[in-house]
Amino acid sequence: MKDFEIQNHKDTRSGFGAGLSELGKTNENVVALCADLTGSLKMDAFRDAHPDRFFQVGIAEANMIGMAAGLTIGGKIPFTGTFANFSTGRVYDQIRQSVAYSNKNVKICASHAGLTLGEDGATHQILEDIGLMKMLPNMCVISPCDYNETKAATIAIAEYEGPVYLRFGRPKVPNFTDPNKKFEIGKADVLHEGKDVTIIATGHLVWKAIEASEILLAKGINPEIINIHTIKPLDEKAVLESLNKTKCVVTAEEHMMNGGLGDSIAQLLIRKMPVPMEMVAVNDTFGESGTGEELLTKYNINTVNIVDAVERVISRK
Amino acid sequence: MEVKELEKITSQVRRDIVRMVTAVQSGHPGGSLGCTDFLTALYFEVMNADPAAFTMDGKGEDLFFLSNGHISPVLYSVLAHRGYFEVSELATFRKIGTRLQGHPSVSKNLPGVRIASGSLGQGLSVALGAAAAKKLNGDDSIVYTLHGDGELQEGQVWEAAMYAAGKKVDNIIATIDYNHKQIDGDIDEVLPMGDLSKKWQAFGWEVLEMDGHNITEILATLAKAKSMTGNGKPIVIVMTTIMGKGVDFMMGTHKWHGSPPSNEQEAIALSQLEETLGDY
Repeated sequence: MKDFEIQNHKDTRSGFGAGLSELGKTNENVVALCADLTGSLKMDAFRDAHPDRFFQVGIAEANMIGMAAGLTIGGKIPFTGTFANFSTGRVYDQIRQSVAYSNKNVKICASHAGLTLGEDGATHQILEDIGLMKMLPNMCVISPCDYNETKAATIAIAEYEGPVYLRFGRPKVPNFTDPNKKFEIGKADVLHEGKDVTIIATGHLVWKAIEASEILLAKGINPEIINIHTIKPLDEKAVLESLNKTKCVVTAEEHMMNGGLGDSIAQLLIRKMPVPMEMVAVNDTFGESGTGEELLTKYNINTVNIVDAVERVISRK
Repeated sequence: MEVKELEKITSQVRRDIVRMVTAVQSGHPGGSLGCTDFLTALYFEVMNADPAAFTMDGKGEDLFFLSNGHISPVLYSVLAHRGYFEVSELATFRKIGTRLQGHPSVSKNLPGVRIASGSLGQGLSVALGAAAAKKLNGDDSIVYTLHGDGELQEGQVWEAAMYAAGKKVDNIIATIDYNHKQIDGDIDEVLPMGDLSKKWQAFGWEVLEMDGHNITEILATLAKAKSMTGNGKPIVIVMTTIMGKGVDFMMGTHKWHGSPPSNEQEAIALSQLEETLGDY
């Protein structure tokens, strides 16, 4: 297996902040809005460099989404920033009507997604956001896996015309993708070619899938690993090509099983290529306080759970 | 345009509204009739906008956002007569495949509409965004909005109101259709909102009041509002109207908020509204 070198440990939200900061210099139409979480979203650098293009809206997320929609009328490319919970569930109808249905060029950028925000607990740990966003027509849903990929994705979505949901997180995690790699929206990234099983992961769980693969290789199982950073539109071709070879699949995500990446893959398989499948995802429950790692383990979405799921799915072939 | 000429248009717009909702037996005639005078004055006399050169961005033009999207019949009729699309297209209102969706939509590229509305309370925020874009673009045009009074029960409106005053947005003129009615009854029965003008003043807005059925007064008030832009404060006009204005049996009752007339009732209504520009 290719050696994935950990360059450093960084939070994906800082990747967003770095990407936004770069966009501030390169694209004068990019504007940013934040609902009183500028530091948490790492939007300080953009704010300080471009105060005229930064809108502090206060704790008023509905107004922020509406304003972002309005800013597109006049040619601006607005990036909104707050926690994933307040970026989606709190403002679903505003996104539905003013952004998605109206097909506005708004980039909804959401940090602290999933369990790994940790100690704040279930009120803030949204595990439904991918599902909420992918159900909306016109909405593109992106969930990058590390700092480098989040930075590249942030830059890439400015060039994409239409509504985007960009999901990232709080903790420092291994940063391992090529910093010079161009981010291609809608294109799956095969990290390792294997033959026995396909592991499809997104977000923080991509690194966990790599960890799992090292354990599996030691057991004589050779998995193919696919990083799906764009959940919608899904790269169906890449998934089907891999499954045509491996004939079974495990999905892994820091999200609810209902509505997540696994749900999208299952829909594809049932239509095109029914093969055994297992899903590593949170199973119909809210989270709680704890460290990120403790929570990933308690809610059965850590490295060991991917290994177990692979062994189960291979036995079903 | 002379007030008399504008009144001719309003009579035809009211006929259109009645005919549109009767034809499909759905839609919202009450608020549409109540806002006819305002929207006619705004589009035919006040706003700087070129219907023939409509673009989504609207750079260099005044913009209008209808936040209470259910009164789409009046917007569609005014837009059509103003030249945004053929008046004959009003006959497609709410029918399958139409650009004239039940509530305004941009999904079918209807000229004159820049955002979907219908789910209430969102239009002021959208307008603030558009107003901010105008400032960034060095465009000194004005952004106008219209809101229902019942719509002000939505919390997002007050998020936007707080933002506009706090951030000194001064290129926006909002108008409230103050007819004291909402679907379930009088506003004071459903959810009393107290003194609306004082509420907006307390939120830091410049507040004007006007009679929404006196075109001379509407033009004077909009001119005054325009003269007050650029001074660091947002402006709101609390506009007193009568729901169902122009059709005697519809006036002053919430019963015609979202109910269409029968064919017999339509005939009575049309007998009270002169056909001035020709029916579609």
